[in-house]
Amino acid sequence: MAVDMRLPTIRKTVSLSVDAFDRKDLVVPGDVITSDTGFMRGHGTYVDEDNLTASVAGEVQRVDKLICVRPLKTRFNGEVGDVVVGRITEVQQKRWKVETNSRLDSVLLLSSVNLPGGELRRRSAEDELTMREYLQEGDLISAEVQSVFSDGALSLHTRSLKYGKLGQGVLVQLSPSLIKRQKTHFHNLPCGASIILGNNGFVWLYPTPGQQEEEAGGFYTSLEPVSLSDREVISRLRNCLLALSAHKVLLYDTSVLYCYESSLQHQVKDILKPEVMEEIVMLTQQKLLEQEG
Amino acid sequence: MAGLELLSDQGYRLDGRKATELRKVQARMGVFAQADGSAYLEQGNTKALAVVYGPHEMRGSRGRTLHDRALINCQYSMATFSTAERKRRPHGDRKSTEMSLHLKQTFEAAVMTQLYPRSQIDIYVKILQSDGGNYSTCVNAATLAVIDAGIPMRDYVCACTVGFVDETPLADLCYAEESGGVSSLALALLPRGGQIALLQMDARLHQDHLETLIEAAMTACKGVSKVLDEVVRQHLQEGSVLTGE
Repeated sequence: MAVDMRLPTIRKTVSLSVDAFDRKDLVVPGDVITSDTGFMRGHGTYVDEDNLTASVAGEVQRVDKLICVRPLKTRFNGEVGDVVVGRITEVQQKRWKVETNSRLDSVLLLSSVNLPGGELRRRSAEDELTMREYLQEGDLISAEVQSVFSDGALSLHTRSLKYGKLGQGVLVQLSPSLIKRQKTHFHNLPCGASIILGNNGFVWLYPTPGQQEEEAGGFYTSLEPVSLSDREVISRLRNCLLALSAHKVLLYDTSVLYCYESSLQHQVKDILKPEVMEEIVMLTQQKLLEQEG
Repeated sequence: MAGLELLSDQGYRLDGRKATELRKVQARMGVFAQADGSAYLEQGNTKALAVVYGPHEMRGSRGRTLHDRALINCQYSMATFSTAERKRRPHGDRKSTEMSLHLKQTFEAAVMTQLYPRSQIDIYVKILQSDGGNYSTCVNAATLAVIDAGIPMRDYVCACTVGFVDETPLADLCYAEESGGVSSLALALLPRGGQIALLQMDARLHQDHLETLIEAAMTACKGVSKVLDEVVRQHLQEGSVLTGE
């Protein structure tokens, strides 16, 4: 088997516009943003002797009197209504702990999942004992943020048929800042696969399901073999996602689809080569620009 | 002094530097994709790699959870090939444990841990090549990694070692100087406020000289901070251009 090997080179990035350099709104920890006391202190700032000072490296955002600094890269800061993809790390009394790339593990309460057997089922002590049958350690789920606790931990719920346990598919872990907030994060792409773009940077790729059994309440996992063509599409999408994230392109259904289309002339495994990546991302950005205006 | 002339009559040191001159500092941020933050830093021939994970849920011993702030967990290790003589244990020996503790103390002074109750921040530093000033190189590399991870800090933490020879403070000692019997002092500084995060000296020195030595160390740290600042700003511009916002 031929192995592609190359010497280390400096990573180049697509589309560096010159005017974006020397921006004034970029700060580093310890930079004084303002010494005016009329402003409110937001995330990423602290007050040091009446000076509002940055505590992270990033760009300053000003909303009226509130000043925040948003770092380039950070853990997921959940908000109510966010769609997340997560992995169960622990089964406790009446709750599951879910790893969601957040700064604390999220909580999924037994009372906030749809158990098989309909909406109005009572949760008995028996359910507590059989929790592991529904979800066990290592399982992947999609869920929505129900509330945020005072210490920043998230409470999740899966009270809708679109959420629940994830079956066969591929998980891609990216930076949460690359996911564009949209009305829906569940997409059935026309290329033959479906995608869940979790706000927490976890992206789930899976074959588009057929008619689902409604009674399973989100705990049904299909173990039917996935056809080779579907698997190829999913692999291609995965590599496309990695290419887009390497060049820091915002991810949403259109950008992923355009990237998929521009990658079709290459083999799936070649997409990860730096020069091919660059070419595909360039084409994608062009298409996105054309579509915008 | 064992035959080595650490400071020549002309005021030059073993490697040709002046007394207050630092070694060349080169650094890069975001070298790993998997970690939350990472950085690579070279200070002369001393090379260090720092990786930061977190803040995340407590792993391992739940008992150490702090309910009002985040726990900082540091691990210092030296690659087996980092020294002239091959090392047996990369980490876990007395010296590394002590160094880990120093790093932890340094970063507890700078990172705003009270923002993340009940969580944990892991800082792993590895020396790839050791040529003196290991502590300071580690601190500088870890600072960049923490900034890369987007963890709030009061200020940069910059560290430098200084030695005292012939009534002259020498900045940023290399291995030959460190092992040449110089009384050396390591200082970690938050440069803007001038607060000291850690001060360590385990050699004999007349107390009259201490002040000049600390003064020299602070100047050296501020020099380091300028270099780090440049690296961070460069990284920031590259990153922000790409997100296109």
